[in-house]
Amino acid sequence: MKFSDGQLERYSRQIILKEVGVKGQEKFLKAKVLIIGTGGLGAPAAMYLAAAGVGTVGLVDCDKVELSNLQRQIIHSTGDVGKPKVVSGQETIWDLNPEVEVVTYQEWVSAANIADIVKDRNYDFIIDATDNFPAKFLINDACVLMSRPFSHAGIIRFQGQTMTYVPGQGPCYRCVFVTPPPPDAVPTCRQAGVLGVMGGIIGTIQAAEALKYILGTGELLTGRLLTFDASTMNFRQITLARRATCQVCGDCPTISELIDHEQAVCGQK
Amino acid sequence: MHIMVNGKEVELSQSVSIRQLIVSQEVATPEYVTVQLNEEFVSAAELDGTLLNDGDVVEFLYFMGGGQAKS
Ligand SMILES: [Zn+2]
Repeated sequence: MKFSDGQLERYSRQIILKEVGVKGQEKFLKAKVLIIGTGGLGAPAAMYLAAAGVGTVGLVDCDKVELSNLQRQIIHSTGDVGKPKVVSGQETIWDLNPEVEVVTYQEWVSAANIADIVKDRNYDFIIDATDNFPAKFLINDACVLMSRPFSHAGIIRFQGQTMTYVPGQGPCYRCVFVTPPPPDAVPTCRQAGVLGVMGGIIGTIQAAEALKYILGTGELLTGRLLTFDASTMNFRQITLARRATCQVCGDCPTISELIDHEQAVCGQK
Repeated sequence: MHIMVNGKEVELSQSVSIRQLIVSQEVATPEYVTVQLNEEFVSAAELDGTLLNDGDVVEFLYFMGGGQAKS
């Protein structure tokens, strides 16, 4: 691959890293990352991946930008209120790095469409930046069944956590959390609130995991749950075992096709 | 005896079950917490019968949503 002068200058600060170099930059330019949710977590993840020169970034979100999003979803601006989030996100990315191919999917993921979305560009890595448990379990199950690596994350109040699944290397999200909680059984950001920076901190870690996976360098958060508490500034890592009884990746899996746990319909609030 | 709970040392005057620890530690949403004992998952059915020993390491893992703001 031949780099233009503009590319060499744009990416110079990472090309000089021995872990990146021109080979790594080539990998970034060829890589395809799907970001499901363009909210608090997806916004910084999308922007950093685009800035690094990830060649194809897919954005999945059915929502339109609301004023209450802007406290944390920094990919959207005041003038974007009312716009589909995927369109607003695409515009921000193209301002930042016009070389990135941004593929937009203005829909919620469901059992009916997630496999097609993942296969659409044959995405290499998936970022779960959703806020709800049905979507998180669906993304997990789809990635396990389709053998795709993904980064899981969640944030609430001053807390966040994230883990990475790589097929064949450690537990999946369902190993840890087994089954979605009933609606409204555990507090959500909408009810409990969230400090805006939590999406920045945790979503940026998700982007770092994607970049490391693409490069094939470093140690991913496989078999480890990273938790962060901004009120004490404590990061902790909890070693996670695979659960032999996991319904999707265990020894006798019972989930062999995707199911919707309770899914919002596009346009429904 | 001392055990570790989410990275913090907790002193117990006697051995208790994980279920009792969940109550005494005032674990939020106890029905939906994932429990690990010494890096192994403990199923919900085992919480009453699993007694804690000195030096045990317990992790309570919580559901966290967040990210995109969909209801
Ligand atoms: Zn599993």
